[in-house]
Amino acid sequence: MGLLSFKKGIHPPTNKDLTASSPVEEMPLPSQVVLPLGQHIGAPAEPLVAVGDEVATGEKIAEAKGMVSVPLHASISGKVAAIEPRPHVCGSMAPAIVIEGDGADRLAPGLSANRRLEELAAEEIKALMKEAGLVGMGGAAFPTHVKYNPPAGKVDYVLLNGAECEPYLTCDHRLMVEKADDVILGLQAFMKAAGAPRGVIGVEANKPDAIAALRQAAAGLPVTILPLKVKYPQGEEKMLIYAATRRVVPAGGLPAEVGVIVNNVATAAAFGYYLRKGIPLVSRIITVTGKGVRNPKNLLVRIGTLLEEVIAYCGGFTEAPGRIILGGPMTGPAVYRLDLPVMKGTSGVLVQTRAEVEKPRVLPCIRCGKCGAACPYNLLPNYLSDYAEHAKLPEAEKYGIMDCRECGACSYVCPSRRPLLQNIKNAKQKIMAARKKG
Amino acid sequence: MLETEVVVSPSPHLRSGVNAEAIMWMVVLALVPASIAAVYFFGWPTLTLLLASIGAAVLTEAVTVLIMKRPLTINDGSAVVTGLLLALTLPPTVPVWIPVVGSAFAIIFGKQIYGGLGFNPFNPALIGRAFLLASWPKLMVNWVWPEGSLGWVTGKVGALAGATTSATASATAGATAGATIQTVDAIAGATPLGLWRGGITDVPYLQMYLGNIAGSLGETSALAILLGGLFLLVFKVIDWRLPCSYLGTVALLAFLMGEDPLFHLLAGGLLFGAFFMATDYVTTPVTPRGRLLFGIGCGLLTFLIRKYGGFPEGVCYSILIMNITTPLLDRWTVPKRFGEVKANG
Repeated sequence: MGLLSFKKGIHPPTNKDLTASSPVEEMPLPSQVVLPLGQHIGAPAEPLVAVGDEVATGEKIAEAKGMVSVPLHASISGKVAAIEPRPHVCGSMAPAIVIEGDGADRLAPGLSANRRLEELAAEEIKALMKEAGLVGMGGAAFPTHVKYNPPAGKVDYVLLNGAECEPYLTCDHRLMVEKADDVILGLQAFMKAAGAPRGVIGVEANKPDAIAALRQAAAGLPVTILPLKVKYPQGEEKMLIYAATRRVVPAGGLPAEVGVIVNNVATAAAFGYYLRKGIPLVSRIITVTGKGVRNPKNLLVRIGTLLEEVIAYCGGFTEAPGRIILGGPMTGPAVYRLDLPVMKGTSGVLVQTRAEVEKPRVLPCIRCGKCGAACPYNLLPNYLSDYAEHAKLPEAEKYGIMDCRECGACSYVCPSRRPLLQNIKNAKQKIMAARKKG
Repeated sequence: MLETEVVVSPSPHLRSGVNAEAIMWMVVLALVPASIAAVYFFGWPTLTLLLASIGAAVLTEAVTVLIMKRPLTINDGSAVVTGLLLALTLPPTVPVWIPVVGSAFAIIFGKQIYGGLGFNPFNPALIGRAFLLASWPKLMVNWVWPEGSLGWVTGKVGALAGATTSATASATAGATAGATIQTVDAIAGATPLGLWRGGITDVPYLQMYLGNIAGSLGETSALAILLGGLFLLVFKVIDWRLPCSYLGTVALLAFLMGEDPLFHLLAGGLLFGAFFMATDYVTTPVTPRGRLLFGIGCGLLTFLIRKYGGFPEGVCYSILIMNITTPLLDRWTVPKRFGEVKANG
């Protein structure tokens, strides 16, 4: 009651009980890591090493290429075994650096720990974000430093996303409970980089222990912890900004236009850890969960660890899996192989059993309007999907298809089980392709 | 590597528990109170009419999709809803072939001819009813009062007969008797709306509320309709905007025109139409404002037909006429998008 939120949205079962109270467990070093050069939005990184080279944990092994890109670091020590195309979550092969581990986890020399915020200028902090290989760890994997390019002074809030509105996932929850200090340190660094006087962390109210831990860590600082209503997609950037500040990001616009920069709490914690320890983004917390996993866990894993090792460490499958999802069930992609690596933007692995995988009987649209009533962007998904199916792209654009942020609330509620979001995504891709051409 | 096949499908990978079939069966459930009221007030033969109508609708649906070589759709529940809705709009006196023919027509010409579920522009049940009314007008206005309501009717007749006798004291006895019998027939064979047209407006509210009056099978008991309507509202099967704007418009117009709003809400098929016909998903707008306008349009037409039309009741035609406007209303009332930027600013 009375909690901040946005309009409309849906209430899927949260299913977080499987792992919500499981402390983060550090997974033993993998014998091998596969590090795709493109694990972020933007240009893939360029390798700095050759096959046969010895590398150490935290060593930069690929350099950012261009503005929207970040460097890549070895997540274990060992020898570069291959630089070749490897299976990627996108469905095809993508170039990756493969490191055979030596089991020693030697740290790269020259990593400077204990950087003090007082001694760093805003520009230096932005450069460090890039050097840390920092990307959005909520799933989008957008290079963090790029968000801080708008001229400082215009941003008055750095808003951290601790909503974790995706069902099943608890990695951010556990991170906020167990690494609140890193979150706050990272947030302070972000605020300084942006010249923002205030920091805000939005957390769904079903994580009272996280709210308490953050409040304790932020005591005396210009940082507010805001409990938010439990509703999907509470953590979607524009909805989060609206919930926390009542500011409306214009359609097609960026959060900076309303004076806000949004980062995930895990991104902030990774940066805080980097400032303290000097170790760039080489590990992350993921939630391995679902009825299909024998021992669901929150795991601290090295980037590049293969899913098969992660699943095996969690006791394997309970039965033949029905569907394997990278990330949460609302937006995460379903995958069909386990030789895929955990990447910087991978928040979890969800395994559904066969019984849980509905083979939906798709009926015609009955025009119930539930999709429109669920859409947080106030679109009419039934019409957009219909235009998409009939290749009426100008109409789709006229009725705002490009404003869709692909939260999937429409498909979730559709009683006819129509692939609304899928149709909308297809049309958006066609429109984007046409725009690039034209 | 994975040793078994897994499903690869686009997100989201969770679906709400409410599917189209569930919605249809919830509507059927919501119609149960009105069906029970129909049987209670008009007797067991009523049940035959309801079942015949449902059976004919389902059978017609099955035959038509088989002919068209389409997947069998009868278990989606929509044909059951159409059959039941149609039956509940019929007078209790109709022969059993009336709902059978009506349901078949509703399914073929109200629904399947347009491509089946989701594609019909008009409410199929109302298409069936309009067809029956046009084809067998006498059978479709053959009203009776429930047994339990006869006290009021005979009292009314007695009073009228007395008035007639005194007014025609100088006329021959035979003519007076004939006029009285005609009056009695007129009252006993009219619905409250019919009586209202003849200037009789004092049907007790309680009788109308409970359903103890002449009218279509499912339309007489406001109590039963409200129970079902409330159920649909609580479980968010229907949008409050449609019944509320429809009923509100009729009540407001009645008030402005010096009529009794409560009488107009309780009389005829208004409540039934507002909760069960004007809320049909396929044939009504999907936008919130479109739904409000749809209800207002229905209310306006219903009141105009009641007050000035050739029939005493206009719910059926009002909704059918408004069904035509649905695509236009949707277009006119596209909601403002989150963060929408004006094209010129």
